[in-house]
Amino acid sequence: MGNPVTGIGAAVVRREDARFITGAGRYTDDIRVEGQAYAVFVRSPYAHARIVEIDCAQASEIPGVVAILTGDDMQADGIGSLPCGWNVTQKDGTDMRVPPHPPLATGHVNYVGDPVAVVVAESLETARQAAEAVAVEFDELPPVVDLATAQVSAEIHAGITHNLAYEWELGDREATDAALAGAAHVTRLDLVNNRLIPNAMEPRAALGIHDAATGEHTLYTTSQNPHLARLILSAFVNVAPEHKLRIIAPDVGGGFGSKIFVYGEETTVIWAARRLRRPVKWTADRSESFLADAHGRDHLTHAELGLDAEGRFVALKVHTVANLGAYLSTFASAVPTYLYGTLLAGQYRTPCIHVEVHGVYTNTAPVDAYRGAGRPEATYVVERIVENAARETGRDPAELRRLNMIRPEDFPYQTPVALVYDTGNYEQSLDRALELADYRGFSERRRQSAANGRRRGIGFACYIEACGLAPSRLAISLGAGVGLYESGEVRFNPTGSVTVFTGTHSHGQGHETTFAQVVSHRLGVPFEAVEVVHGDTGRIEFGLGTYGSRSLAVGGSALVLAADKVIEKGRLIAAHLMESSPDNVDFEDGAYRLKDSNRSMTIQEVAFASYVPGNYPDGLEPGLSEKAFYDPENFTYPAGTHIAEVEVDEQTGVVSLVNFIAVDDFGRIVNPLVVHGQVHGGVAQGVGQALLEVGRYDATGQLLTGTMMDYCLPRADDLPDFVVDTTVTPCTHNPLGVKGCGEAGAIGSPAAVMNAVTDALGVPDLAMPATPEKVWRELRRQREQA
Amino acid sequence: MEQQGEYLIPAPKARVWAALNDPQVLAGCIQGCQEMQRLDDSHFDARVKARVGPVSATFDVALELQDVRAPDSYRIVGNVKGGAAGFARGEAVVKLDAAEADGTRLTYTVEAAIGGKLAQVGSRLIDAATRKMADEFFAQFRSTLAPASPPPLENTDDAPVERADRQYEGAPHWKIWVVIFAVFLLAMVLAY
Repeated sequence: MGNPVTGIGAAVVRREDARFITGAGRYTDDIRVEGQAYAVFVRSPYAHARIVEIDCAQASEIPGVVAILTGDDMQADGIGSLPCGWNVTQKDGTDMRVPPHPPLATGHVNYVGDPVAVVVAESLETARQAAEAVAVEFDELPPVVDLATAQVSAEIHAGITHNLAYEWELGDREATDAALAGAAHVTRLDLVNNRLIPNAMEPRAALGIHDAATGEHTLYTTSQNPHLARLILSAFVNVAPEHKLRIIAPDVGGGFGSKIFVYGEETTVIWAARRLRRPVKWTADRSESFLADAHGRDHLTHAELGLDAEGRFVALKVHTVANLGAYLSTFASAVPTYLYGTLLAGQYRTPCIHVEVHGVYTNTAPVDAYRGAGRPEATYVVERIVENAARETGRDPAELRRLNMIRPEDFPYQTPVALVYDTGNYEQSLDRALELADYRGFSERRRQSAANGRRRGIGFACYIEACGLAPSRLAISLGAGVGLYESGEVRFNPTGSVTVFTGTHSHGQGHETTFAQVVSHRLGVPFEAVEVVHGDTGRIEFGLGTYGSRSLAVGGSALVLAADKVIEKGRLIAAHLMESSPDNVDFEDGAYRLKDSNRSMTIQEVAFASYVPGNYPDGLEPGLSEKAFYDPENFTYPAGTHIAEVEVDEQTGVVSLVNFIAVDDFGRIVNPLVVHGQVHGGVAQGVGQALLEVGRYDATGQLLTGTMMDYCLPRADDLPDFVVDTTVTPCTHNPLGVKGCGEAGAIGSPAAVMNAVTDALGVPDLAMPATPEKVWRELRRQREQA
Repeated sequence: MEQQGEYLIPAPKARVWAALNDPQVLAGCIQGCQEMQRLDDSHFDARVKARVGPVSATFDVALELQDVRAPDSYRIVGNVKGGAAGFARGEAVVKLDAAEADGTRLTYTVEAAIGGKLAQVGSRLIDAATRKMADEFFAQFRSTLAPASPPPLENTDDAPVERADRQYEGAPHWKIWVVIFAVFLLAMVLAY
């Protein structure tokens, strides 16, 4: 069943790539409309300051300036604060503490890059020139930059004492403490999860258009979730009523989380377009992206893992201080809590786990979800401390993991940190990875490296993630402001082609290909006859977008439900046309067949009949188009084993990643080519975190890594040829049996690489990124000690 | 950032002090200096237009003189605001000491911080660029001083010192402080 070349499971080349690689994509900045003006933002050069005065007099006189608008103008028009979509309940039962987040700063600026005014001009050059002429007088305030001391520093937001958004906990503290006290061995570890700055190829951009005749607002923007942006801008920010606001996210060049959020700039653009009666366009330059896109990670963690005499984990206790930046971004609160603490069981049967997280404000850019969002941080804690526990107790790191793994017969498995894992086979992916890594041959390879002046190390990460966000009832009970179902529509056109509408958004994931595979497979129509439409609130009923590796598991499932509704309606029509009853009609491979007969008709013929209903069932509506909402029962739990092998140059401290194995269980796979591509990209990002990338501020809150010369992204020659394989335990609760593959690469790899680096160096920890300088200093320290 | 430097100038201290106070000698050190304004004995404002790479900006320089001990040392505390381009602030201490062969050892210490776009794109280059500019400045300063007026071989009377003092009294000396400090601060600014 299904077409082996284009159906589910086939390695179909991504159809969207043709336009991307030939420069024919249509991104927000490519869209030009008559009369559009250009916006440039005036940003704070200070990390923390009071705005004394914004003097626009000189800038306003520059010919070609249309307007210069400030936060006060915005407030006067009733534009509200940008909300955080997830309320975290503190351990004392109170709500988290959220400061106002005006789209353009009013009164105070709270990080370098905080927008304070927008200049709109006839040309981009004029707007830039005028932005430099806007004289803002600031009264500097003491900045809070250091995460470790932020809770005992000056208050950033009035009334938010200790700069604390929340103190949150999960798990049984007493039981965990008791188990640790009785443990035969306790491994302790202090970890830094380095701040990362997303760098999508396409920077953020927005084009706001207001039609005074109809009152309609149209915002073209780089969004991963246009419907959610519309909901927030309408319901919370008061930009326009939902039915008068259309958000279109056309081709978007990468998101990695940073384009989930509703930011001040895009909000300003659509408001300014109405106020000025002119279309307004803004495209961030790379410097602005560094300053003002939400950053990722940035945790300080202390962890303790207790083991019994046989090496079984008895308890894990984790305390984390998470940097939230200057304001609470759209999903920021959930990332270090529900997407982090809940994952600390990893793949193991640890009976007692307790985690406490302090979410802390600092005068730095807001921190929010970045590829993996909480799960790479959790995996880093679990897999680094497990590795150290193996070393400290003289056990093989792979075997210690195996001993503690949740076994296939344990599923469904209730963890001590709220989640119920539905299925998995962790040992299977571990074994496959050990085989692909030639683990037995490692000691020989290590000898060879040593002979060449290089230290070789090997590191494991057996990760788990919770994807397929999310069961709405559960998410809402935990503080989510929206449900996390997905919607889809499958529409037969009269001539038999199919248009598929999905509420998810593709910005590099390849949905136009994989979703077409799913629908063409289900309906038995040619792949080429299926078109996937996404990213437009004017064409798609509703949706919650793409993040958290949810699109196929939730959005794809919605399409399956819609396709099944189409098939069922078609069955009524086919039965009528073949003069039989619906239960006598089977559907297979795109055709309705009458049982015990050779009569059949294709679903495309049925579709035509539905639009030309001359001979048609009584009381049945014409047309063949169905919508469905799919709300998952549970998260999905992709898991796998990543193994990294590194060589460290004794003389220079350069770490070379010489081998990387990823064996992942993503459930059923729709398109292995796309899956491998996602894993490759994710691993590259994770290796970047481990070896190259860190977002750094100086003590006054100036961003020191604000260019690609200072912020080191991985390049092709930093990476080996990855070895990627998959094992399959189908998800038990969605119709496709899929789990999601978008983030896994970035989740497992940092821990695997750092386990390899610390193995090579013989140290318990080294803070990421393991740059040559840091490694060389460690090597020198060891030489001096010896 | 913090930086220290030391230059040996083949002229006696008094002459070096005098030269540091001579606008003629120092003229041209800052291109684009549009105006200077003396607020009082120890506070000065200047406005300098500079274009660096893709950014052209007007920098407002505010200076405060402290601890002026002619002809030995001085300290300047300053703030440079460049609007959208960012800002710099810091202080410079310059000391003159008599050195061998009637020369003068000039040592300087600069402590400065930069912010905004300057910091974002310039931090990596600041140290090297500041040092380079200071080197160039003093190299030129030394060559201006040395060949034209060789140090007296004997009989080092008080005349140069008196002349220096006179000049200090008479010249619009505050401009000199602006120039000196601007060399350091603009070095940071221009570094990017």
